[in-house]
Amino acid sequence: MSTNTATVYIPRDTTALSLGADKVAAQLQNQQPNINIVRNGSRGLFWLEPMIEVATPKGRVAYGPVQPEDVESLLASDFLQGGSSHPLYLGLTEQIPYLAQQQRVTFARVGVTDPVSLNDYRAHGGLVGLEKALALQAQAIVDEVKTSGLRGRGGAAFPTGIKWQTVLDAPSDKKYIVCNADEGDSGTFADRMLMEGDPYCLIEGMIIAGLAVGADQGYIYLREEYPVAHAILNEAIACAEQANILGDNILGSGKRFNLQVRLGAGAYICGEETSLLESLEGKRGMVRAKPPLPAIVGLFGQPTIVNNVISLASVPDILAKGGEHYQEFGTGRSRGTLPFQLAGNIKQGGLVELAFGASLKTLLQDFGGGTRSGKPMRAVQIGGPLGAYLPEELWDTPLDYEAFMAIGAGVGHGGIVAFDDSVNLSQQARFSMEFCTIESCGKCTPCRIGSTRGVEVIDRITNDEQRSGSLEEREKQIELLEELCDTMVHGSLCAMGGMTPIPVTSALKHFPQDFLPNAAGNKAAQGADHA
Amino acid sequence: MTTTADSSTLAATLNSIIAEHQGLEGPLLPILHATQKALGYIPSEAVPVIAQQLQLTKAEVHGVISFYHFFRSHPAGNNTIQICRAESCQSMGSRELEANIKQRLKTDYHQTTADGEITLEPVYCLGNCACSPAIRVNDDIHGRVTMDKFEHILDELLTVAVELK
Ligand SMILES: Cc1cc2nc3c(=O)[nH]c(=O)nc-3n(C[C@H](O)[C@H](O)[C@H](O)COP(=O)(O)O)c2cc1C
Ligand code: SF4
Ligand code: FES
Ligand code: FES
Repeated sequence: MSTNTATVYIPRDTTALSLGADKVAAQLQNQQPNINIVRNGSRGLFWLEPMIEVATPKGRVAYGPVQPEDVESLLASDFLQGGSSHPLYLGLTEQIPYLAQQQRVTFARVGVTDPVSLNDYRAHGGLVGLEKALALQAQAIVDEVKTSGLRGRGGAAFPTGIKWQTVLDAPSDKKYIVCNADEGDSGTFADRMLMEGDPYCLIEGMIIAGLAVGADQGYIYLREEYPVAHAILNEAIACAEQANILGDNILGSGKRFNLQVRLGAGAYICGEETSLLESLEGKRGMVRAKPPLPAIVGLFGQPTIVNNVISLASVPDILAKGGEHYQEFGTGRSRGTLPFQLAGNIKQGGLVELAFGASLKTLLQDFGGGTRSGKPMRAVQIGGPLGAYLPEELWDTPLDYEAFMAIGAGVGHGGIVAFDDSVNLSQQARFSMEFCTIESCGKCTPCRIGSTRGVEVIDRITNDEQRSGSLEEREKQIELLEELCDTMVHGSLCAMGGMTPIPVTSALKHFPQDFLPNAAGNKAAQGADHA
Repeated sequence: MTTTADSSTLAATLNSIIAEHQGLEGPLLPILHATQKALGYIPSEAVPVIAQQLQLTKAEVHGVISFYHFFRSHPAGNNTIQICRAESCQSMGSRELEANIKQRLKTDYHQTTADGEITLEPVYCLGNCACSPAIRVNDDIHGRVTMDKFEHILDELLTVAVELK
């Protein structure tokens, strides 16, 4: 291969773009107009982004993190031959330990292919699952998903096959497949990465879901905060329609499935499935009481599958290789793999897809490499803003649904946010309550009013000026906070109000010293409100 | 421009947006998005028009607009900057960053700088949490933001406007 027609991969993933990938691509194209630049997804090694790769006969060779000003020296080196002389050389991509030690199943193609190229998709195993599904009876598709042991990746971990069975069994001429792409949890980006890096995988999963339950219309409810994913999904849907993968004649089968992306509008609660359905219908995102389940009375009153992006994107592989193969990964009742997301104050942040059962410590230390600040790691929050804050003593817990439930926590969507020792957990608890006041749909008093009271009570606990400073009074306020949390847990319709107490009580339980009035940061925090 | 011209432009824009989306199932959010994209906000005059054409009450349309943080009923600046306030960014110093940016721009959340250039908004996660703290400038997301980096971003953003003056 002559060097000036070399192929170079530069991600168009949000995180890579946020660190300058577009400028690197422009600089490279400008200095070497003959280079063939492919804009792929990200491999998920985010601390190395923008990470660019050169195709060589031995495989792809990575360099990173590359800034526009590095382009000149890269081109002056043996970069286009995949040589090792440049300081940003990282070696063969697939041999970088962070990647080599993962079990990439759902994310097998992410970062590898051009996300909108159907040729790439087919060449890397895409559409095999759909072809199999087209040859099966609806019940057989559902059975395959049941065999896989797949549980919903959006947070609640409900068995996907059972949900699909309910929709299949619900008699109706009109049914819907709704993909929950609202990904509102802080510390999570797996849905985004998949939609930006392998959108056809989600599209294929949704078509298979449609075939499984007899639905011919799908919607992807995407958060407005993801403009890059929006553009890539729309591009991919248009290509899939052109190629008769979507539309009235799926791969020549005569079967029909149509798909649209709908944008949310900055409401965290619209990630809750019934609020999401209200929003799709064009209403305020007020949570509906269950029952009836959305599987029976869902979008526009019709039976509806609501599944998370990763749940749906797991399905093509399950159909292609069989549910039996998928369930060989994992432990106990947590089957398959989970894309963990390392975020926050972490040196090597990124996406780590592993079978269930790895320990949190492995993720934080072996993959994460400790904190980015270099200070000791003190707490991690797992599972988004409704997830627990865990101290080091609990980092040996294996990452599976049941083990986490046993310590009063949840794996949720797999987001892990690390904090160093400058964190003040009473401030974090206060933020959890504040977030609930901002994002509550307003239907239940304990959620709407309780969270406002929660902020006030935490302020009283941590502020010694407002009270006479008596220990007794402080104890009273802590008791009040615990009662308030209890009321929220028992008096809320959905997990917004019902689980906000989890970060609060875990912070209080594991880090009580941070709630003392003289704890660092508590004085400064007073009055530093959000608005 | 006279008010009459303004309102007839508004009516024309709205009518074409509504016509384009009316065939969708659940057309209200797509219409509101398109309106805000075209006009920068959803003017109160739009509410009765949308309501009438979708056979909703004005209160229903208004209720939807006010429920969602993203929709605004008043004009914004030429650019919108969102600062992520969620946990992952907090762990990397976003509380301090947010205070510094507010001070630098002399503005608070939901407000616009005196020169009309920048509207500041809070946001809860941009999905860029492996490279916190994050901000969004119009449709561009930036990671590992420091005040130095912010000055750079601001420079690039405002250069064009300044040159025109
Ligand atoms: C407040 C709240 C926010 C939620 N946000 C999301 C979200 O952003 N994405 C998601 O997939 N599920 C979210 N869920 C869970 C959904 O209600 C629902 O369980 C999920 O979409 C079902 O899909 P799954 O079975 O594939 O996980 C949220 C739930 C609550 C209570
Ligand atoms: S718990 Fe909160 S968010 Fe959930 S339904 Fe009640 S008020 Fe709405
Ligand atoms: S009102 Fe909550 S951010 Fe301003
Ligand atoms: S928490 Fe700020 S980008 Fe996710």
